[in-house]
Amino acid sequence: MNATIEAPIETVSEENDSLMTTGPDFASHPEAFRARQRAAWEKFVSLPMPARTDETWRFADVKSLSIAPYTRAEVVDDGDRAALLKKSIGIVETSGRMVFANDCLLARDIYNDTLRAKGVLWLPMEQAIAEQAELIEKHFMRESGVLGSAKFAALHESQVKAGTFLYVPRGVEIALPVETFHWLSGEGASVFPHTLIIAEENAKVTLVDYFQSAGDDAGFACGVNDIVVGNGARVTYVAVQDWNRKTLAFHLNNTTVARDASALALRLNLGGSRVRDEAVSRLRGPGGRSDMLSVSAAEDDQIFDQRTLQIHEAPNTSSDLLYKNSLNDKARTIFTGLIRVDEGAHKTDAYQKVRNLLLSDEAEANSAPGLEIEADDVRCTHGATSGQVDMEEIFYLQSRGIPLRLAHQLVTFGFLNEVIERLPGEPLQQKLRELLHGKLG
Amino acid sequence: MSLEIRNLHARIAANGTEILRGLDLTVEAGKVHAIMGPNGSGKSTLSKVLGGHPDYEVTEGEVLLDGVNILGMEPDVRSRAGLFLAFQYPMEIPGVSNANFLRAALQARLPEGEELEATDYYARLYEKMDMLEMDRKFTARSVNDGFSGGEKKRNEILQMLMLEPRYAILDETDSGLDIDALKIVSHGVNAMRGPERGFLVITHYQRLLDYIVPDVVHVLVGGRIEHTGGKELALELEAKGYDWIKDDIAQAVSA
Repeated sequence: MNATIEAPIETVSEENDSLMTTGPDFASHPEAFRARQRAAWEKFVSLPMPARTDETWRFADVKSLSIAPYTRAEVVDDGDRAALLKKSIGIVETSGRMVFANDCLLARDIYNDTLRAKGVLWLPMEQAIAEQAELIEKHFMRESGVLGSAKFAALHESQVKAGTFLYVPRGVEIALPVETFHWLSGEGASVFPHTLIIAEENAKVTLVDYFQSAGDDAGFACGVNDIVVGNGARVTYVAVQDWNRKTLAFHLNNTTVARDASALALRLNLGGSRVRDEAVSRLRGPGGRSDMLSVSAAEDDQIFDQRTLQIHEAPNTSSDLLYKNSLNDKARTIFTGLIRVDEGAHKTDAYQKVRNLLLSDEAEANSAPGLEIEADDVRCTHGATSGQVDMEEIFYLQSRGIPLRLAHQLVTFGFLNEVIERLPGEPLQQKLRELLHGKLG
Repeated sequence: MSLEIRNLHARIAANGTEILRGLDLTVEAGKVHAIMGPNGSGKSTLSKVLGGHPDYEVTEGEVLLDGVNILGMEPDVRSRAGLFLAFQYPMEIPGVSNANFLRAALQARLPEGEELEATDYYARLYEKMDMLEMDRKFTARSVNDGFSGGEKKRNEILQMLMLEPRYAILDETDSGLDIDALKIVSHGVNAMRGPERGFLVITHYQRLLDYIVPDVVHVLVGGRIEHTGGKELALELEAKGYDWIKDDIAQAVSA
């Protein structure tokens, strides 16, 4: 354990007691950032817990959001570290890998020289906060939690020290994906992973985050990612959420897209007990494009709660959201999404589609897509559908000798794989397909 | 060795309408039988009933595949027992690649714990695809998704070539095919003909039988086989239509 843990801040609340008593680990951060974290903590404490009557928490299971059972995680011991490093396997060829366990850096390995290109900053968040004050000040959590989780965004801000900081300067293309593994270990442990990607003009990069649990203990994860895509830049971000089935998780995403830039983000939701995703894409410059993709395979009593916002601030921008969920057993998925087209954002082309595949009579999907348009000459389509597996497809597969259970798995896999197929790069697609097979099979 | 259909009666499960009314037919291994018949005679129902489609109920009769009654079996068990059904309208399975689909079908035929050998599998797949003049890119495409009518039918024949059934039922495989595709598809079927294998070719038109020459031709009318002859019967039907058979039946009934 770090010996220089700061004394807890004297704001008392039953609800926040556990995290409070261990306190945020401020010691390594510069004073300005520590002040910011203290303010964030106060904000966290002062904001009320979400209520189901809040518009942004419609359909949600707000009862399970208490963070009282969780504490700041312990440092994992050497034996566990070695085991986790061994299990941190992603795509075959990557540019580099960082591994964190309980918010502590275990490894940072460079595999490809493009990651050493002049001006590229690929740092653990803790180091970036200490050394890159200007970039942090400019881009770190400028606007978070606008979709209902302001309290949890503040909590994240107050606790953050782990995660990836990736700054790609003008014109630099990082050839292969960069990967980060986050492990959560120990009963009641909590982690606050952050990912900050800044791609300057015409830069190009792909980053994959893997969120996993070391064992079966109940845990809490509250992650935020900020993706800043400069003029003409291209960023692909993939989050593989595979926490264990006793984990409560928040994942809050903020993407801003400048002129002629494009962002493509895909979330693969496999694990977790209760998972809340919020994703905001802001299209700030003409010609910008944002693809927002999600694949969720829910089973048992998992609840995936997803909220999205596509904001078109500039003309000639496009956004394309496709979220697909398969629901088995008593699983639930919730989606509310909004496309907002600001005044003057003419020639906006926005698309929003949610599709639910119900594999059980007891599963429940709530979807509420929405539009808010204040510009002329725009093309916006949105819709949500829920349906069951087509029995004719099942008969066709069975007629080729494929047993009924496997036929259902294949159709479900195909339904979700259609989203994965939109990712650039076969190795990345292949990795996600393997993970999905693992869950469905 | 044969696929023997005895006194088969079947109806639509949802509304009880009887479609097959005592159908008798035996396809011996090594032979190609054709079934022709007017619209609504029960041709497609026959293929679905043989395949085990849940929309139909068998009320009487037996279907013996080399002596084993398959009617109580699930569709996948029938397939693994050696029956193949080439669909008139093959289903699209979005997001599932052809390669994975065929691999799953072949894997299902292996004993528990045994894995399909990937190198051999692809070598065989490519060989069959070459025979059907199919592009290699096709393996990565989703099953029938966005395929033209001809591509879908070719894909059915590819599956048949890979699964090597003992008895294959081809349901209007010629529909939607231009003459070039028809030749390629027929070539695939003819390549599989042999003493071990029987075919039941269901078609509305004689044209297909120029390419897949049958040993026996049956005429299905009103859910029963009403007439059986050699390959020349197909030409006769093409020239005269089906009315003369219907007239024969009418006369037989009134006599």
